[in-house]
Amino acid sequence: MSCCDCKGKKPNLILDFPDKTEKLNAFIDALDIGLDRDRNRGFLIECLHEAQNLFGYLPRSVQQFVADKLRLHLSEVYGVISFYSYFTDKPVGKYKISVCTGTACFVRGAEAILDEFKRLLVIEMGETTPDEKFSLGTLRCVGACSLAPVVMVNEKVYGKVTTKIVAEIISECK
Amino acid sequence: MIDSVETLKQRVEALKKEGTAATRILISMGTCGIAAGAVPVLEELKRVLAERQLEDKVEIIEAGCIGQCYAEPSVEICNAGSGSVIYGGVKVHDVGLIVSHIEDLAPDMNTVEKTWYYPETEKNTRNKIQARIVLRNSGRIDPEKLEDYLKNEGYQALAKALTEMTSEDVIKEITESGLRGRGGGGFPTGMKWNFAAQQPAGRKYMICNADEGDPGAFMDRAVLEGDPHAVLEAMAIGGYAIGADTGIIYIRAEYPLAVKRLKIAIKQAEENGLLGDNIFGSGFNFKIQLKYGAGAFVCGEETALIHSIEGKRGEPTFKPPFPAVSGLWGKPTVVNNVETYANIPAIIRSGAKWFRTIGTEKSPGTKVFALAGKVENVGLVEVPMGTKLRDIIFGLGGGIRDGKEFKAVQTGGPSGGCLKYDRLDTGIDYESLAAIGSMMGSGGMIVMDEDDCMVNVAKYFLDFTLDESCGKCTPCRIGNTRLHEMLERICEGKATMDIITKLKNLSYAIKDTALCGLGQTSPNPVLSTLANFEDEYLAHITDKHCPAGVCTKLITFKINDNCVGCTLCARNCPVSCISGERKEKHHIDQDKCIKCGVCYQACKFHAIDKL
Repeated sequence: MSCCDCKGKKPNLILDFPDKTEKLNAFIDALDIGLDRDRNRGFLIECLHEAQNLFGYLPRSVQQFVADKLRLHLSEVYGVISFYSYFTDKPVGKYKISVCTGTACFVRGAEAILDEFKRLLVIEMGETTPDEKFSLGTLRCVGACSLAPVVMVNEKVYGKVTTKIVAEIISECK
Repeated sequence: MIDSVETLKQRVEALKKEGTAATRILISMGTCGIAAGAVPVLEELKRVLAERQLEDKVEIIEAGCIGQCYAEPSVEICNAGSGSVIYGGVKVHDVGLIVSHIEDLAPDMNTVEKTWYYPETEKNTRNKIQARIVLRNSGRIDPEKLEDYLKNEGYQALAKALTEMTSEDVIKEITESGLRGRGGGGFPTGMKWNFAAQQPAGRKYMICNADEGDPGAFMDRAVLEGDPHAVLEAMAIGGYAIGADTGIIYIRAEYPLAVKRLKIAIKQAEENGLLGDNIFGSGFNFKIQLKYGAGAFVCGEETALIHSIEGKRGEPTFKPPFPAVSGLWGKPTVVNNVETYANIPAIIRSGAKWFRTIGTEKSPGTKVFALAGKVENVGLVEVPMGTKLRDIIFGLGGGIRDGKEFKAVQTGGPSGGCLKYDRLDTGIDYESLAAIGSMMGSGGMIVMDEDDCMVNVAKYFLDFTLDESCGKCTPCRIGNTRLHEMLERICEGKATMDIITKLKNLSYAIKDTALCGLGQTSPNPVLSTLANFEDEYLAHITDKHCPAGVCTKLITFKINDNCVGCTLCARNCPVSCISGERKEKHHIDQDKCIKCGVCYQACKFHAIDKL
């Protein structure tokens, strides 16, 4: 099993970013971690949330670190990460483009918007451009259905998107 | 510190004596309002009020969602004297005008009609379609201020339950009210509480399911963002009823604003003694913590949700044992949805009898729907059970956008069904929707028009289920994959007639054998579109034609004789497959065409046919 598609060069985020590691360490130490593995597992998801906030994604080195701290197996941690769509073990681009594919956006043409992004960025869903600038993904309903179809770039919401303004959204990110 | 019913009373009286400003301005500051641009409007409003030295006379309230998403950003002016008005679609440059007319409320602006009444405090004298119980405070109070909630009967129900009622009384009241789970299943809430209450005393848990994952439904978010204390109060009431001292709110990490407001509300409640030890001096202890979801639709299923809280993969397990017997960490656990909880304080305050006056015999109360899709007025609507689909779509929704023809309405999210016009006069409740092949679900209501292909819609929902299936049981994991492949073949024009029978057989097999609610309901979109729109399936299969012109493999764009050679289409074509001389008829290279439809939209002479 390869934990990420880092193609040979394996960055170890835990060693490379000691300040972030220290923050994660302090966060986990503040929790009520004990010897009971079942109980510790109850803290796993919040630890992963924190780790992803700090590092941006969860490669094997980070997974191993969290597993050791909570006395869990690496496989258990990986199992949780691969189950939940919020967690990712691949690096994400500087601009995370998410096309809403909730039903309201779908009936107002989200598919065409997604296709246009794929075509212009030359990546598929869930991929990142080679320059690590853009990641393309989907999300389910931001609840701004009156603005459908909706695209989110990092925290910014673009409403009533048409295929024509997709290129504008991309160029705005430069 | 509120340590008894007396101090609560004194506090509320003191707050009411302080009085409110002569004019209150409410701005909708839910996620939808903010996305539509409420923040610059709020800043401008503050600036204008400061400039005109009106800050003392006017109070600005950053409220939650009023449900009128189509009119965001919206601003409501409440005057002690001249009543109230809601302005919709407010722009920054409108603010000055609004403030100038703050007394007479008569600027020439777009106003929003209040289509709702509040059944707890008023009679429906003007025949309003909406009745707001769940959304009672949403958009009317500042969700970050405990005082606002207290002034609006806040924590009165908890006080009443703890001091005047036994836990059996509370369960009896909820059972008699006929309240049913609003998350989709419709299981009687009182019965669920009773199961948990009958378990031997000891550690028990009260869980709030706020992992709203249904695409196109956002009523839970509106409640959490607009009225978080109501959920806390209801959970405490539930805890008292079943004998639990711990409440857990399982909330989506994708709802940052709701998380923030819940955290504030929990802190306020703890600081004021409304959560914690010995609440109202009754000896009852209750604390609430937050747990975050991480994006898994199946975690709406209660056993999956419990596993997720335990830090495992959110896979459902077989019931029984039901969570009410053995749930979180093996202890008796009640899981209720946000909207269900939001009904509880009103029932305790005003009684089961009152609650039963709203809605239908078997489904009392109201239901919030997220009305979206091809309607004019997109937003949240709360209607009594039994309201006709027609009244919601054409009354509250304002009919279909752009004068198009109504085709279908989809209720119940990915597990629901598509209904056509002959079902519009159905009064909606749990039974009536199930009887016509759909379901209540968590309350998504998506309207579709003539431009939507029903085969493609069924494929879309299966896409979703496939993506969200946890993969534990074979019927859901593999059965849905095969269903999806069959629909894909139909959309590509590669299917033969025998596929209809195959689709039906496999759908029924999945319904009968899947482990949890997600799998058991996943073929519903296929079955309901087959039942109501079989002609569209047949058109795809036998004529290789998509009547709505959606399935790209089955459409071709051709230029007809209307073409004047303006070159607009050629200039807009993203793959440069349109050729032709200026002022001469153009031609589309079908091999290169990606069928994006840009030329079709761009042409001003109706010279492009979509076949």
